[in-house]
Amino acid sequence: MRTLALAAAALGLALSALPAAAQETPPLPRVFWSFEGPFGTIDQAAAQRGYQVYKQVCSACHSMTQFHFRDLAGIGYTPGQIAAIAASVRVPGPPNAQGQSSPVPGKPADAFPSPFPTEAAAEAVFNGAVPPDQSLMANAFEGGPTYIYAILNGFRNPPPGVTVPPGRYYNIYFSGNLIAMPPPLHDGAVTYADGTPATVPQMAHDVATFLYFVANPHADQRKRIGVHVVLFLVFVTGLTYALKRKVWSDVEH
Amino acid sequence: MAELGLQENEFKNPVVHWIDARLPVFTAMHKEYRQFPTPKNFNYFWNFGALATVNLAIMIVTGIFLAMNYNPSTAGAFDSVERIMRDVNWGWMIRYLHVVGATLFFVTIYVHIFRGLYYGSYKKPREMIWMLGVVLLLLLMATAFMGYVLPWGQMSFWGATVITNLFGAIPVVGHGIVTWLWGGFAVANPTLNRFYSLHYLLPFIIVGFLVLHIMALHTVGSNNPLGIDVKGPQDTLPFHPYYTVKDSVGVCVYLIVFAILVFFIPHQPLLMDPNNSIQANPLQTPSDIVPEWYFLPFYAILRSVPNKLGGVVLLFGSIFVLFFLPWLDTSPVRSCRFRPIMRWLWVLFVIDVFVLGYVGANRPVGIFILLGRIATVWYYIHMLILLPLIGKLERPLPLPESISKSVLGGGALPSAAVARPMEKA
Ligand code: HEM
Repeated sequence: MRTLALAAAALGLALSALPAAAQETPPLPRVFWSFEGPFGTIDQAAAQRGYQVYKQVCSACHSMTQFHFRDLAGIGYTPGQIAAIAASVRVPGPPNAQGQSSPVPGKPADAFPSPFPTEAAAEAVFNGAVPPDQSLMANAFEGGPTYIYAILNGFRNPPPGVTVPPGRYYNIYFSGNLIAMPPPLHDGAVTYADGTPATVPQMAHDVATFLYFVANPHADQRKRIGVHVVLFLVFVTGLTYALKRKVWSDVEH
Repeated sequence: MAELGLQENEFKNPVVHWIDARLPVFTAMHKEYRQFPTPKNFNYFWNFGALATVNLAIMIVTGIFLAMNYNPSTAGAFDSVERIMRDVNWGWMIRYLHVVGATLFFVTIYVHIFRGLYYGSYKKPREMIWMLGVVLLLLLMATAFMGYVLPWGQMSFWGATVITNLFGAIPVVGHGIVTWLWGGFAVANPTLNRFYSLHYLLPFIIVGFLVLHIMALHTVGSNNPLGIDVKGPQDTLPFHPYYTVKDSVGVCVYLIVFAILVFFIPHQPLLMDPNNSIQANPLQTPSDIVPEWYFLPFYAILRSVPNKLGGVVLLFGSIFVLFFLPWLDTSPVRSCRFRPIMRWLWVLFVIDVFVLGYVGANRPVGIFILLGRIATVWYYIHMLILLPLIGKLERPLPLPESISKSVLGGGALPSAAVARPMEKA
C-alpha cells in the first residue's frame, strides 16, 4: 500500500506540473461556456446567433468545408429552415459535358461553399496568409473556443515602439501579436434575429459557441450517452465486486 | 477404449468431446485458464496484464471499423477521419475509443512494467516472459507511432518527420535509411501508405508475441507480491473462478475510466494534441513539436545529449537495456518488499521517469537542460550500476517461509535463513 501511495504521489506531482505554453501573450480570459463540464450542453440560441455571425462576417474569408447545411439541425434549425438557408446560397453545381460547372442553389446535403476557389487566391488577398478553415477551429488551439473569443476581443492599438506592417494587425492574444486578420467585428456588425444587442463580446461569444458546435457536432449526444454508460458500468462493477467477494469468501487471503 | 489416434478427454458434451478428441483446444483452455495454479496472494497490480490484453482487443476491433472508412492518402486522410467523426454512424465513438485506447494501453503497460520491476518478476525463471515483454513494448511503440501519423494532422506529419529523421544520425548509411523509410525524399504519400499497412499488421504480430508471453508465463508460473516460490498446492488457487472474477473487477473499473475519457474529455490535450485538428502542412512548422505523452521520457533522453548520434544511441539504449535486466540485477531476492534499499531506489526510478517525461514536454532551455541530463544519467546509473551493485551490498529482510504461511500471518524465517540458496533467482 505504501508503494502505491508513493507511486500515486509521484504521478500527482508530474501531472500538476504539466507544461505551460511558453508565450508572450497574456493568459486567456476566463469565459463561461454552456457546454463546459460533463453535463453542459450547447446553448442553441447562442449557436444560432453565432451562425448568423459566421454567415455574415466570417464566411467572407473562412471556409468550413467539413460542415453541411443539414448539420444545422444540431442547433435547432427545422428541416424547412435548413432547406431555405441552403437554397439561399450558391454552391458549385455538377460539371456539364465540357467539364465546367456553374453555381446552383444549395441543398441540405451540400457542404458550405468556400469563399476562395484556391489557397493561392486567398494568399493573394492576405499577403501570403490563408484564413484557416473553421470546421475544426474550436479544437485546433489550446483553449479552444476561449482562444477564439480572446482573439476576436484582442485587437488593440499597438504599444508605442511597435510598428505594424501593412496587412497586419495588433492583437494581444495572437502569438507574436501581428495577425493578418483585420478586426472582423465591430458593435452592430450584425443585426440579431432575436433582438440581442450585437456587441463585440456578445458576437465573439456567440460565434465561438457556434464554432464549438461545428467542430464537435456530437458533443451533446456524446455526454448524454456517456452518463448512461458510466452509470451502467458502475452498476456492473458493483455486481462483479460482490461476486468476487462471494467467490473469495472461502479463501484465506 | 480410446480409439486409435484420438485424444482422450472427459468432456460430457458430445460435440465438445468429439472436437477435443481431434483438436484438444478445450483441454488446453481447461488446463491454462481453469486449473492453472495461481499464487493466492496477488494484489491488484496483477490485473494489468489482463487489462492490456483487453485493451489490445479494443484497439483491434475499433481499428478494423476505422479502416473501413479511412483513406490512406495525403489528399484524403484528414478528410476521411473527419467524415468518420461526423457522418459515419457511431464513428466519433469508435475513433475516440481508439484514441483513448492508445493512451490507456501505455498507462497499463507502464504500470505492468513498474510492477515487474518492483516485484522482481523479470528474474529467473521469468527472463523469457520479461524479454518477450520488451519486444511487445517495442512493437507497441512502433504501432502507436505509425498510427499517430494516419490522421495526417500537423503533429502527425511533423512528429513523423522528426522521428524518422533520427535514423539520419546513423553514420554513413543514415541518410539512405531515412530515404528508404520515407519511400521518397520527404514524409509524403508513400510514407503514409506504408505506415498504414504496417499499422494494420503490427497489432497482429503483437497478438503473436502475446501468445508467446503467456506461454512462457504458464510454463514457469506467475510471480507474486512476496516474490517467493510456490511451495505447494496450499499456496495457489485455480485461475478460474478466483482470478477470472478478480480480473473482471479490474476490467470493470478500467472500463469506467475508459468511458469517462471517451465520453467527457476526449479532447484533453494529452489525448489529442490541438495541432492535430489542423491538416498536415509541410510548409508550416508548428511552434512546438511534441510527441505523445508516452514517448516524452524517451524524447527527453534524446534531447539531453548535445550530439545527435549520442542522443539516438541513449534513446534506443534506454529500452534495449531492459533486455539485460534479469542479469543486471544481482540480488537473490525478487520482491522489493524485502529489499530495504532497492525499494527506495525503485521509487526514485519511478520519479526519475516522471521527471524525464516532464522535461520532454518542455522546450530544452534553462533548467530543463540540466534536469534532463541529470535524469538521463540517473536512468543509466540505476540500470547499469545500482542494480548490479545494490544486489550484492544490500541485506534483504527475512523472507516468509511460504505464501500460505505469510497469508495466515505466520512469522518470517529467522534472519539467519535470509536469502537461502533456494530463493536464489
Ligand atoms: C502488449 C503488451 C502486453 C500484454 C498484453 C501483456 C500481458 C500479460 C499478461 C496477461 C500477463 C499475466 C497477468 C499479469 O501478471 O499481469 C503478463 C505477465 C507478465 N508480463 Fe506482460 N504484457 C505485455 C507487455 C509486457 C511488457 C512490456 C513487459 C516488460 C517489459 C511485460 C512483462 C511481464 C512479466 C514479467 C509478467 C509476469 C509477471 C508475474 O508473474 O509477476 N509484459 N503479461
